[in-house]
Amino acid sequence: MTAKAITIAILAMGGEGGGVLADWLVDLAEQNGHYAQTTSVPGVAQRTGATIYYVEMFPEDAVPAGALPILSLSPVPGEVDLVVASELMEAGRAIQRGFVTAERTTLVASSHRVYAMTERIAMGDGRVDSTKLLEGCRAAARHFVSADFAGLAEDAGAPIGPALYGAMAATGRLPFTRAQFEETIRRGGVGVKASLAAFAAGFDATGANRAPDQPAAGVPAVGPRLDDLALRIRRDFPPLVHATLTAGILRLADYQDIRYAGEYLDRLAPLAAAAPDILDETARHLALWMSYEDTVRVADLKTRRSRFARVGREVRLKGDQQLGIAEFLHPRVEEIADTLPAGFGRWLLATGWARSLVGRFTRQGRVVRTSTVPGFLLLYVVASLRLIRRRSLRFAVEHARITEWLGLIGRLASSHPALALEVARAQRLIKGYGDTHARGWRNYQRIVAALPALEAAADGAGRLQELTQAALADDRGEALEKSLATN
Amino acid sequence: MAERSFAEEVKKLRLGEGEEFRGEGILAVTKALLQSGVSYVAGYQGAPISHLMDVLTDANDILAELGVHFEHSASEATAAATLAASVNYPLRGAVTFKSTVGTNVASDALANLASGGVTGGALLIVGEDYGEGSSIMQERSHAFAMKSQVWLLDPRPNLPSIVQAVELGFELSEASNTPVMLELRIRACHVHGRFTTKANKRPDFTLKDAIERPVRDVNRIVLPPASYLHEQEKIARRWPAAVQFIRERGLNEIFAGDARDFGIVLQGGMYNGVLRSLELLGLADAFGNTQIPLYVLNVTYPLVDDEVIAFCADKRAVLLVEEGQPDFIEQAIHTTLRKADLQTRVHGKDLLVMAGEYTGAILLKGVTAFVERYAPQLVASHNQPVATPATAVAVAAAEVRPRPPSFCTGCPERPIFTAMKLVERELGPHHVSCDIGCHLFSILPPFNIGATTMGYGLGWAGASAFNTAETQKRTIAIMGDGGFWHNGLTSGVGNAVFNRSDNVLVVIDNGYSAATGGQDVLSSRAQNPIRSTFNSIEQAVRGVGVKWVRKVTNTYDLARMRDTLREALTTPEKGPKVIVAQSECQLNRQRRIKPQIRKAIGDGQRVVRERFGIDPDTCTGDHSCIRLSGCPSLTIKPNPDPLRRDPIASVVDSCVGCGLCGEVAHAAVLCPSFYRAEIVNNPTRWDRFKARVGAALIGWLQDRIERRLAGIAA
Repeated sequence: MTAKAITIAILAMGGEGGGVLADWLVDLAEQNGHYAQTTSVPGVAQRTGATIYYVEMFPEDAVPAGALPILSLSPVPGEVDLVVASELMEAGRAIQRGFVTAERTTLVASSHRVYAMTERIAMGDGRVDSTKLLEGCRAAARHFVSADFAGLAEDAGAPIGPALYGAMAATGRLPFTRAQFEETIRRGGVGVKASLAAFAAGFDATGANRAPDQPAAGVPAVGPRLDDLALRIRRDFPPLVHATLTAGILRLADYQDIRYAGEYLDRLAPLAAAAPDILDETARHLALWMSYEDTVRVADLKTRRSRFARVGREVRLKGDQQLGIAEFLHPRVEEIADTLPAGFGRWLLATGWARSLVGRFTRQGRVVRTSTVPGFLLLYVVASLRLIRRRSLRFAVEHARITEWLGLIGRLASSHPALALEVARAQRLIKGYGDTHARGWRNYQRIVAALPALEAAADGAGRLQELTQAALADDRGEALEKSLATN
Repeated sequence: MAERSFAEEVKKLRLGEGEEFRGEGILAVTKALLQSGVSYVAGYQGAPISHLMDVLTDANDILAELGVHFEHSASEATAAATLAASVNYPLRGAVTFKSTVGTNVASDALANLASGGVTGGALLIVGEDYGEGSSIMQERSHAFAMKSQVWLLDPRPNLPSIVQAVELGFELSEASNTPVMLELRIRACHVHGRFTTKANKRPDFTLKDAIERPVRDVNRIVLPPASYLHEQEKIARRWPAAVQFIRERGLNEIFAGDARDFGIVLQGGMYNGVLRSLELLGLADAFGNTQIPLYVLNVTYPLVDDEVIAFCADKRAVLLVEEGQPDFIEQAIHTTLRKADLQTRVHGKDLLVMAGEYTGAILLKGVTAFVERYAPQLVASHNQPVATPATAVAVAAAEVRPRPPSFCTGCPERPIFTAMKLVERELGPHHVSCDIGCHLFSILPPFNIGATTMGYGLGWAGASAFNTAETQKRTIAIMGDGGFWHNGLTSGVGNAVFNRSDNVLVVIDNGYSAATGGQDVLSSRAQNPIRSTFNSIEQAVRGVGVKWVRKVTNTYDLARMRDTLREALTTPEKGPKVIVAQSECQLNRQRRIKPQIRKAIGDGQRVVRERFGIDPDTCTGDHSCIRLSGCPSLTIKPNPDPLRRDPIASVVDSCVGCGLCGEVAHAAVLCPSFYRAEIVNNPTRWDRFKARVGAALIGWLQDRIERRLAGIAA
């Protein structure tokens, strides 16, 4: 067998430091008796786009006198020894391009996700399935090493490059020792300490794939003040829905008070005998609807101590640093009217001069500095309007809508169970604030208006699901319009 | 200041006789120019030769020592015209640009240069931006070489061959009085390798000599009757001289010429890929010892007919490996063989592909098919059917989404397009004519803005037909500061003034030629030791006669940006309208200020770092904010709420606190989830006092909140 080049492909996104990684590999090879060649395609691909760095190495002692190895400038599918992907979908891309084969390739991939733009901008959930990507990696590669290298690197205060470099060293796929790998980092001379720590973390990552974050399962525990309601759940509802209902009462007690949580169970009681999936989805969406996001709720959540602590953690506040928090709020006349007692709120919305007077103060957004006393007090006062929430315009409006929605589900639960389930799920459309909320409500209404036709149709539930998807396809309502037209 | 500094690397340019150079291809080209005794270098940046310009900038001291003049040309046309210095004088000069776009721009000057011919060696180093990673239309430089009859070098993609091509390119140019084009593909430009250096050479005849003792020859000027003479000269004298030089100096290479009765003819740039294919088939070793005859065209234009005939004469067939289309070389070889009455079969595009990059996979397939046809026994053992990959692999591959390049974190161009989205909500969509530059990312999600792009600086020119009194609706054109100075001032702004356009131009002035790597332009707002900066775009626009000009000096001020756009689109005032939208390229800004901030914090100064965040419990997962921004640091994450399913928006720590998120939340009345965190490093005593007092009261109220919630959660 004649000597062959060692081939390495690094799939990364522009700006992630893939170039540094390739440079390290070249240095590693050249300092340790190898020829090395690296190529890349910079240019605009560097601006956050997917890009590939390709490295070939060749042992000097295998080269006859006077000869030079001819190294390829781009990978040949099926002929790559080591593929490194800085993110899970990029590993998928390596597979898609045929670089990873079961005969030859060791695949090192970080299991974390950096979402593509199309995944981010979806109005609902546009994420691809990480499990499928992981399974594909496992099936495609001869040897698959995966860990959340981004997380490991972050813990070490370094970019992802050195963590991946450590994992590459640990695979044993390259003919160099750990010390030789580490020497290249030292010679590089930039951020050496943090890089070596990340390298070690990457090296030691055993390939235990941290699964993508899953919502916690099981029935959440409740505090003593909710014991009675928890008991009522266990007594009156089937076990399958206990987890959702318990999360529901926790949320609504936090949102308003214990009585409100009790009313939640009252509203669900008529459905207790319905199919468990209908009950569960209705319970989930009811809890969300009853805890609609009004200014009171927002102010309440933003003033909590736990929230201040969370922001501190998120920005990695260190001991000697101080934290200031500023909110970007833009209440309009509608939100103000929503918070007022129902009659007064309706009057404000319907009275031209009053509306324009208040409107004058709400034309521009406000920046409220919650970490200062005046800002905090403002939000604290707004949050305490919780005490008059039950009399507010918004409360009246939302609960009337909820009653109607529950009525629909109750009516359909026995005759059209599949349709009832989709009606429960369609609540998903009503979310957000301001125009977003208004748009969602409009879409929901348009879909519900189609119900009589759907009840008569053979696959009404499937159709309703399609309409909901269409409503989430774009924010101008074009897809929904088209979908309704084909009804 | 360019995005990447080569201050360390340029030291390699001082290597002397017989030393070993290790580094990037483009740096090796620079070294080769200095070894060749070049007198002047010019060019226009653009991938893949941006680094060449950056290297030259950083090497200005070394160039000055050697008496080499270096210019950042205003455009590729300027660069090509610069070679006029080699027409009358024995001066060696080189220019460089991205091809084919740069060659398009340069072609007027190039044609004039090629017509009259040169005395001193004139080299055009073109970065062939073709195939993966390319940002331009897929065409070939080859066509330009043919049309103007300049010679085209396409060396094997290793450093010794590339360096030799530069050196011999000058000689070929002088021997045939013809400019020579050196074509380097993207990967060759960025390939890391080694070669043995020679000493740098100071030119014998200098620019000073030429300026002080000017000469002219009316026969070198393109005007009848000389222009007719030039054409005759090209055919009768220059072409044969070139062919003779190529043959005598052995520029093209033959490997194992008689090994088989079939062989491969290839462009030099394809050599490593073809060799790898043969190696995988067991028909070559890793050191280039091939069992299949190879004729490597390091010069792809002109072809040396005698060499072609000699290589093909005793062969049943040849495979021509010629990347891109049209298949100029294949046609030429067919003609040559026909005229020589040789029956050698010529394969090429039939076994490879007509269009597109010759990747490793395509080469392997084509070479295998060729060998199989003429000596099937050689590849029999390699011809096993490929195992179909597991279902899981196909399923995973289907999950992969494209990830095109986009605006960087905190990019100041993003709020301009956010403002356009907001105006679109009020006034409906407008026809938008785009230009070349980072701003062209606006055509992709999330903005989806822009209908056409007609070339660098041609944003407004591309909208010039939309100039009619039959509608009040206006069109919008985009142009970057790079394109503006390249030609947009005349082709766009001057044209709009002269033709009484009533439309709108937005000039995006981020202080750099950002897309090509952050080089300075005339209007850059940074001191540059070797160039003149601080030349105002606004003044230039007014200077050519635009009356309605608005300058927005902070593009992150979204309300201002939106209002200015609205005004431009709705004002009753007639005539061209120009908005100059100014904010510094964030990529370069961060590179500039990060070390300063680190130092200030280290020195104990009070430094406030701002970044944005999102409260996960108030975000409902609609992602409107992302659709209006598209910032890389504004992403999504799984919803921590047990009752919700849709992922929530999230700001990651790479956020540079540009402020757009907050502006969007305000201007678009989105949602109250955004907050700005202000992290105070080294707080002063007054800071600490304020914080203590605030924390006491806030803490007391937070205790009350917690008392209300006590006993609910476990």
